[in-house]
Amino acid sequence: MRTLEQTTQEVLDLAAKHFQLPAGSLAPEDDFFKKLGIDSLQTLEMLSRLENHFGIELPDYEVQGVSNFKTLAERIQSRL
Amino acid sequence: MKSFKGKTLRWEWRDGSVELTLDHEPANEIGTAMLEELEIFVSAFGAVACETSSCIISSARKSVFSAGGDLRELYHQAISVPEKERLEGIRSFLKRIHAVMNAIDAAPLVTIAAVHGACLGGGLELALACDIIIADKMARFAFPELRLGFIPGFGGVPRLKRDLGNAVVRDLLFTGRTINAARAHAVGLVAQLTGEGEALRVARSTALQVAKYDPVARAAAKEFMKPIPHEELQREIDIFCELFTRPEVMTALKKFAEDPGPMPYLP
Repeated sequence: MRTLEQTTQEVLDLAAKHFQLPAGSLAPEDDFFKKLGIDSLQTLEMLSRLENHFGIELPDYEVQGVSNFKTLAERIQSRL
Repeated sequence: MKSFKGKTLRWEWRDGSVELTLDHEPANEIGTAMLEELEIFVSAFGAVACETSSCIISSARKSVFSAGGDLRELYHQAISVPEKERLEGIRSFLKRIHAVMNAIDAAPLVTIAAVHGACLGGGLELALACDIIIADKMARFAFPELRLGFIPGFGGVPRLKRDLGNAVVRDLLFTGRTINAARAHAVGLVAQLTGEGEALRVARSTALQVAKYDPVARAAAKEFMKPIPHEELQREIDIFCELFTRPEVMTALKKFAEDPGPMPYLP
């Protein structure tokens, strides 16, 4: 079982890779909408990426209002 | 007409198969412009049906098959006419889009939706009119209409009910959530799951296989297996129109049309 820290790091690494950013350029407290400048379709893409990686389903309504990686990782952790 | 390039889509007939590519900025929204070109497309079916075994529908847009009905156009058209005329306008639009969807649904050839990215609302309804949905593992499906105060209006619910269990339909409809391609495959919505960026290639390979079989038997099998739920489709139009006239719908559409945020497509 992953720890929350491990999950958070994997989320950061996946986001960085998906949006072609240098590794380590994202932090847990970053607002991903502001930091990545992503729109709703890119958000859905990221959601698929995360679900495929972690092997979970993350309903949209569970991530509604979530804007930083740390909280997103917490939501994922609750499904692992 | 064996090839066409319009403002929202294009198609090309090749080796007994026709490829229809949606290409309308920003997210292949289905409004009057795309509807008009889809009408041209389905009217061309008849002339070439005897020499065509399959039709592949895909998207040229990155990250999206289709985000569904053009809600901004719907809102702006609705507020530009007196309240009494709104209902007439929406009913007329729905009848036209239903005619297109029914034509695709009943086409005497095998229709394949090659889906990548978001396939939402009317986009999912278009995919559901096809015989086979092939999805890349990054595809996502949803019916987010209830958040706007109406139901899917392009034939989605009757077609989803035809293909899947009612429990899946209720989950999609009542939560509006997006489901990933793996889940859609598990529940039977998606026939074939592919790697990233591979849906169109797999659809073409499937089209080649389909072409090997006798066209008369294929058409008969399709007619037998895939009856069009006409009564439910008509009821869907009626329910949509009943719901559409409520002030709550205009408020929700206004909010959507004027939303400057990054998440307008999400439930």
